Amino acid sequence: MKFQSRVWKCGDNINTDLILPIQAFYLTPAEQAPWVFRNNRPGWSEQVKPGDILIGGRNFGMGSSRPAARSLKNLGLSCLVAHSLNGLFFRNCVNFAFPAIECANVFDAFEEGDIAEVDFDAATVRNVTSDKSLAAIALPPKLLDLLKAGGIYALLEKEGAIGPKTAASG
Amino acid sequence: MGLADVVRFASRFGVNIMGMTVAEKILAKKSGLKKVSPGDLVTVAVDTVILFDNNFMTNRWREVLKVNDPDSIIVVFDHRVPAATQASATAHGIGREFVARFGIKRFHDVGYSQGIAHQLVADHGYGLPGSVLLCSDSHTCSGGVFNCIARGVGQPDIVYAACKNETWFRVGETVRYELIGKLPRAVTAKDAFLQIAGEHGDHATMNVEFGGAGMQSLSINARKTLTTMAAELSAEFATFEPDDVMLDWVRARNPAPFEAVYADADAKYAALRKVNLGILEPLVAYPDSVVNNSRPVGDAKGTKIDQAFIGSCANGTLDDLELAASILDGRRVSSKVRLIVTPASQTVYRQALKSGIIAKLIDAGAVVTPATCGACGGGHLGVLGPNETCITATTRNFKGRMGDPSAKIYMGSPATVAASAINGTITDPREFLN
Ligand code: SF4
Repeated sequence: MKFQSRVWKCGDNINTDLILPIQAFYLTPAEQAPWVFRNNRPGWSEQVKPGDILIGGRNFGMGSSRPAARSLKNLGLSCLVAHSLNGLFFRNCVNFAFPAIECANVFDAFEEGDIAEVDFDAATVRNVTSDKSLAAIALPPKLLDLLKAGGIYALLEKEGAIGPKTAASG
Repeated sequence: MGLADVVRFASRFGVNIMGMTVAEKILAKKSGLKKVSPGDLVTVAVDTVILFDNNFMTNRWREVLKVNDPDSIIVVFDHRVPAATQASATAHGIGREFVARFGIKRFHDVGYSQGIAHQLVADHGYGLPGSVLLCSDSHTCSGGVFNCIARGVGQPDIVYAACKNETWFRVGETVRYELIGKLPRAVTAKDAFLQIAGEHGDHATMNVEFGGAGMQSLSINARKTLTTMAAELSAEFATFEPDDVMLDWVRARNPAPFEAVYADADAKYAALRKVNLGILEPLVAYPDSVVNNSRPVGDAKGTKIDQAFIGSCANGTLDDLELAASILDGRRVSSKVRLIVTPASQTVYRQALKSGIIAKLIDAGAVVTPATCGACGGGHLGVLGPNETCITATTRNFKGRMGDPSAKIYMGSPATVAASAINGTITDPREFLN
C-alpha cells in the first residue's frame, strides 16, 4: 500500500473537536467532512484535493472517540503521517480503513505543498521534493491487513454480524 | 531463595521473568499469555461492553445482527438525555430496539437509573477488578479506579466487541504515580490532576498507574476524578492498585466474583513519580488545552465569567456537589453568572437531594439539571454563546468544546467553580473555605 501526493501540515496535539466539530454533530458523514479544521483553519477543507496527504506532529487525534478518522477519509485524504498518533484515534483509523502511520520528526521534514511518498508495507516516508527518506514505525501485520481489508465493518459484514451500510451511516 | 534471587537465577539462563504492572498483568491474563511487554499487540477477551446513546445516532450506527453474549452488554443513554433534538430522540429509539432485540438486561434509559456511563460503572460496580471493560467514550478509563482495564475505543471497536467479546490492544509502557500525604482543605483530586498534566504533559501510548499510601486519604470519587481525567493525558489505561476501600465498594454493589490484580514488586516502569498531595494548591487549566496549561488559580483571579458549570464523569459525584454546596451555603451566585450543576447520575442526584445538598445549591441560585453529560460536551443544557467565558469542573476545555468556538473555557475544581460563581470572576476557593 503506497501513496504519493502533495502534503498539508498541521501541528502538535490536533484534537478530535477540531477534526469533527460539535457543530457538525448531527450531519451525515458526507456533510461532516468539510467541517475538518473549520474552527482553526477556515477555508482549508475546500482546498483539499482527492489523494492529498496530511502530516501531523505529536499526539495527533487526541480527545474524544468520535469518528474523526472517518471525516479525514471522507474529505478525500489518502493517508496521514504523524510524529505520533493518539491511541484511540489510531484505533479509529485502522477500523475505518483510513491509513495512518507514525514517523518520528516527519513534521520538520516537509514544507506544505511538498510531494510525499508513503509506503505502508516498507514503512518508509519519502519527501519527493527534497529527496529525503525517513523510516516510519511499521504497523503490526495484523493491523495492516485489517486496513487493507477495508476495516472492521467490512469484516463483520462478511460474517453476517452487521447489516449493510446505509446512506445515513456512510 | 527470595524473589530477587529467582530473578537473578532466571535471567542468567536467559529467562525473562521481570514483573508486570497492573495493566500488563490484566492484559496477559485476558489474552491467555504468561507475559506481555511494551510493544506487543495482543488480542484480549472483553468482559463488559457499554454502548451509549451516541452509538445509535443514524450517522454512526450499523445494524447489529448477532451479539456474542447479551449479558456482557450494558446500554446507557447519557450524552443527551432527555432527548435534546429529534436526532437524539431517533438514536434513543434505535437503542431501545437494540435492547429489546437482544434482551439486554442492564439498560439505563431516561428515568430512575439514568446517568453518565462512567458514573454508572461506579454506582453499580460494573467495573470488576481484574476485568476488561470497553465503551466507545474516551473517558472510559474512569473505570480503572476499580483496578480494571477500562478503555475508550471507537464506534467500530464497540460494535466488534458486542459481536465477539474480543478486541486488540498495543501494550504500552507504564508510568507510576506514587501518592503521598493528604490534600489540604479546598484542594481536590482535580487540582492533583492539573498538577500532573501541567508538569508532565501527555502520556500518549503509555499507561498510568496510581498507588501509594496517599491513596488512602482519597475517596473512591476523588480517585475516580484522577482515572477519568487520565483520558486528557492520552493515556491508554489508568489503573489504581486495589485496597479494601475499593474492594468493599465493588462487593457492596455487584455480587459477581473477581480477582484483583497487584503490580509485581519488580514491575518495570517508564517512570516512577511521587505526588505529594499535601503541598498542592488550587489550579486552573487555561482555555483550549488541558495538558501543559495549568496555572495557580491566583493567576486567573479577576477574570470575568458568564457561566460556571459543575458536572461530568469527572466531577459530578456526591463529593463534588457537597463541596460546592459547602461553599455556596448561605451565599448567592453573582447575578452576572449562570451556575449550572449536573449530577453525574440520578442515584447521585437522589443522594444529594436527601442530604440537603440540592436545596443549598438551588437556594444559592444554581440551576440543577437531570443527570446527563449536558454542557460538558456542548450538547445541551448550558451551551456557550459567542465570546463567552466559562469556568468548568469537567473534563475538557478544547476550542468549541462547550459551544461556540470563540468561547473561552477555564477548567478547575468544583470548589474553584463554586467560589468563582459567587464573585462573578475566577476566584481562589480558599477565600471561602478555610
Ligand atoms: S461527561 Fe463529558 S467527558 Fe464525560 S462522558 Fe459525558 S461528554 Fe464525555
